[in-house]
Amino acid sequence: MSSTATPVAQSAPVPASAGVESAPETAPAEVAGPATTPPETAGPGSAGRKAADYADYRLVPARHPWRWVGTAVVALGVAGIAWSLATNPRWEWGVVAPWFTAQSIVNGLLETLKLTAISGALGFILGFILALMRLSASPLLVSVSWTFSWIFRSTPLLVQMLLWYNLGYLYEKISLGLPFTDVRFFEAQTTTLISQFAAAVLGLTLNQAAYSAEIIRGGILSVDQGQLEAATALGIPAWRRSTRIVLPQAMRAILPTAFNEVIGLVKGTSIVYVLAYSELFYTVQVIYNRTQQVLPLLLVATLWYVVITSVLSVFQYYIERHYSKGAVRTLPLTPLQKARKFLATHAPATRETTQERGTR
Amino acid sequence: MSTVATNTLPAPAATDAETTRGLVEITKVRKSFGATEVLKGITLTVEPGGVAVIVGPSGSGKSTLLRTINHLEKVDAGFIAIDGTLVGYEVRGRRLHELREKEILKQRTEIGMVFQNFNLFPHLTALENVTAAPVVAPRAGKPRSSKAEARERGLELLDRVGLKDRAGAYPRQLSGGQQQRVAIARALALDPKILLFDEPTSALDPELVNEVLDVIRELAKSGTTLIIVTHEMGFARDVADTVVFMDQGQIVEQGTPQEIFTNPHEERTRSFFSKVIEPAFNI
Repeated sequence: MSSTATPVAQSAPVPASAGVESAPETAPAEVAGPATTPPETAGPGSAGRKAADYADYRLVPARHPWRWVGTAVVALGVAGIAWSLATNPRWEWGVVAPWFTAQSIVNGLLETLKLTAISGALGFILGFILALMRLSASPLLVSVSWTFSWIFRSTPLLVQMLLWYNLGYLYEKISLGLPFTDVRFFEAQTTTLISQFAAAVLGLTLNQAAYSAEIIRGGILSVDQGQLEAATALGIPAWRRSTRIVLPQAMRAILPTAFNEVIGLVKGTSIVYVLAYSELFYTVQVIYNRTQQVLPLLLVATLWYVVITSVLSVFQYYIERHYSKGAVRTLPLTPLQKARKFLATHAPATRETTQERGTR
Repeated sequence: MSTVATNTLPAPAATDAETTRGLVEITKVRKSFGATEVLKGITLTVEPGGVAVIVGPSGSGKSTLLRTINHLEKVDAGFIAIDGTLVGYEVRGRRLHELREKEILKQRTEIGMVFQNFNLFPHLTALENVTAAPVVAPRAGKPRSSKAEARERGLELLDRVGLKDRAGAYPRQLSGGQQQRVAIARALALDPKILLFDEPTSALDPELVNEVLDVIRELAKSGTTLIIVTHEMGFARDVADTVVFMDQGQIVEQGTPQEIFTNPHEERTRSFFSKVIEPAFNI
């Protein structure tokens, strides 16, 4: 509540009521007293007149009463929500707590993390390749990449998932060999090859690749052409040019959207419940179908998704900060550094100079 | 497959490797962008250790010519040779075949380039910018530098351009003049025979121009061949041993600074300088 006022206002001894405040702003001469200086503010006819000496006057920043009103309303709303969350017995926090760390839930959580990590990593690698294809000079590579993105962005993930799982219906066997001959190096029944896990990873990866290809392409395009030119003129090999010069700079544009995607993927994995794959969401469903405690268990899943997203957000902050090296003149302080600085400058009788040097 | 070194043209007076280091021969070079022909048959020779300054109105093809020298821009016709070796091509029968990228990169390491907008790598420090190429670029006849070697040489070069104490700074933390000096050090890191400067001071505030020009003046004495595109006429007169005046994709006139600046033969040269030189000299 106190954060909107600037430090100057906080230290001002003037009582915080709007009526008193307006006086010094409108007419400084009045406060100085009509007895000492003739009360003439600079009007249209007073050209060339020297101002009185206001150097000793206290500066009072403008007040924003509506900002306070808004803050108060929102605070009231937040407090109301918190109160209802804490006191409404139907949230059944007593049920949420034990399930939150139950073995089956934790197992489901690990499956969710596994799916996210594998599909995320594979998706971004494939996306990088697709982005390079899209930027290549070969019209075939460009159109293949474009078509891939087009197909996978235009079909629902749910449909893709079911399609992969039922691939055995379309192709009974999957084999690796020379095309148009009978030579086979490897052959297997599709149904044994495509497990629930494989179908889930396939669906999520290909879908993720289609989206991340566009993100990475956008990042690469955002890097100034002169950078490539300079690297080329220096004789730096093509692969190095991409990885050492262009990508690190593209990362600044890629990261915010990429983290959006990864966070979306964490929750997107919940869709594999259609394959009866026991990740977090499916596990929760199985449990509440048995116990009928639907809302508390959905809350358990929600809380875990919130935890994962929060952790990812912290990662995002530090990774983005790493890649902003060189893009900003001085790196902004991390929250931790800010806290340390705050303590250093506000703590009683600590040695401020050494502390400040430490935060740089 | 024949190597680059075998494509030797009959180079004049190829007696000592050191004395011919950095002979640039541009022969009948043509280049079009779409329908507009920006280079209409350019022929120009720059002697080893020479300093050629190319001047002319904007759009006259100066920068394009410079960029063809290290094959950043492919020519449509004609050829460019350095010390008798073709740049970007090899002779097979009666044809010039474009080299593979790897070979071209090797050639480029012998040709340093300094850009108008510096094009420093913003995510690397000044020193890292200077050492970026020597540790990864495949060089003709030389092994890649180790990290320690590159670092030592990098600091030496930064010292030479007067920026040793800013080695750890990122480009954005440097002034324009300092950035351009780092860019010069970066171009020098591969020990090139030839240095190309594409309007090196055009993006600089006037008071920063001289610190960059001083570094280039210093280089002019070092025996490296310099080819400079610039609008700084005073500097051109001062540093060049050949001034080349280009207009509309052609070399109108070339000669010593004395000849070109004070006694040009061509009317076009005269009218260009009458617009450009006086404001530059009378300040």
